[in-house]
Amino acid sequence: MWKKHILPRVAIIGLLIMAFGAAEGAIPVMKFDEFQSKVLQRESDTLYVINFWATWCKPCIEELPYFEELGPNYKGKKIKVILVSLDFKTNLEDKVIPFVEKKEIKSDVILLDDLDYNSWINKVSADWSGAIPATLFLNPEKGISTFREGEFDRESLNKQISQYL
Amino acid sequence: MKSVFLSLFFLSFIGVFSAHAGYEVGDVVGEFDLLNVDGKNVSLSDYDQEKGLIVVFTCNHCPYAKLYEERIIELHKTYASQGYPVVAINPNDPEKVPEDSYGNMKKRAKSKDYPFPYLFDEAQDVAKNFGATRTPHVFLLERTTVQYKVAYIGAIDNNPQSAESADKFYVSDAIGELANNQPVKVTETKAVGCTIKWK
Repeated sequence: MWKKHILPRVAIIGLLIMAFGAAEGAIPVMKFDEFQSKVLQRESDTLYVINFWATWCKPCIEELPYFEELGPNYKGKKIKVILVSLDFKTNLEDKVIPFVEKKEIKSDVILLDDLDYNSWINKVSADWSGAIPATLFLNPEKGISTFREGEFDRESLNKQISQYL
Repeated sequence: MKSVFLSLFFLSFIGVFSAHAGYEVGDVVGEFDLLNVDGKNVSLSDYDQEKGLIVVFTCNHCPYAKLYEERIIELHKTYASQGYPVVAINPNDPEKVPEDSYGNMKKRAKSKDYPFPYLFDEAQDVAKNFGATRTPHVFLLERTTVQYKVAYIGAIDNNPQSAESADKFYVSDAIGELANNQPVKVTETKAVGCTIKWK
């Protein structure tokens, strides 16, 4: 009797772990302090292209494909795109994850869950008023830290990137 | 000597590029005259009896402007009688965002029963003069004897998602300080919002 039931139970628990594990692995949710230490202050010789966006932000959505193209376009170069969603954490399941799946986003996505904006916007850049889209180009080893508020088109983004690589 | 001139030359460029466009706290605000949703114009000089003004650059379409809409109405209801009414200004280009057209502004103001003017900055000059960059973006003005000066620039509070969860009320605090003839403690804050849709 006992033996009969254990297998399905193990399977169900296993599936649950996989499901939750996968969801968490896909889009980490971070407070600003964690984001700062794990992303902004990461020591690396890679160019980080950190784009702040949200599913509700139309110009952000329009420029996302150009950021997605950077990986394939600069294959073999040390470049990493991180898409930082400023959607509310409560919209992770119903908006952010479905959006990322539907658009088949390949870049890393993080949800920055810290609504006390004034406490951290200046730590990203003093040049940021808070409007999105906004993008930070970061390579501490090469002394690169360039911030831009406003959207890119394909040409202007690639022009910006080619300065650094 | 040459290098001094060169440095000065480059420094002047840095000055130009890093200069904060628009008003800063303490600056005198120039006159504006914009079309209201009722078909009449409203100008800064119309407000000649008030103690101050809560100028809010906002719009119809931006989700953050929508989240703050009720709070903007509440600000007016609370502070207009104390001499600090709200003046809302939509700076967006309706060619870029049809939802922010003058016709749609009229509809929005009517359906939400705005108790304050909702002005259309069609030429976007007023937003540029102020240095507004996003919606919503507040400029709290205080009236000195003959003119208005900027007392605070930034957000309404520190939680866009819910007013109940906010624990810093920047605009209310600043008005309280002005009303008590105290210096405004927090004169500038930053917040996430939608970019202004420039022509």
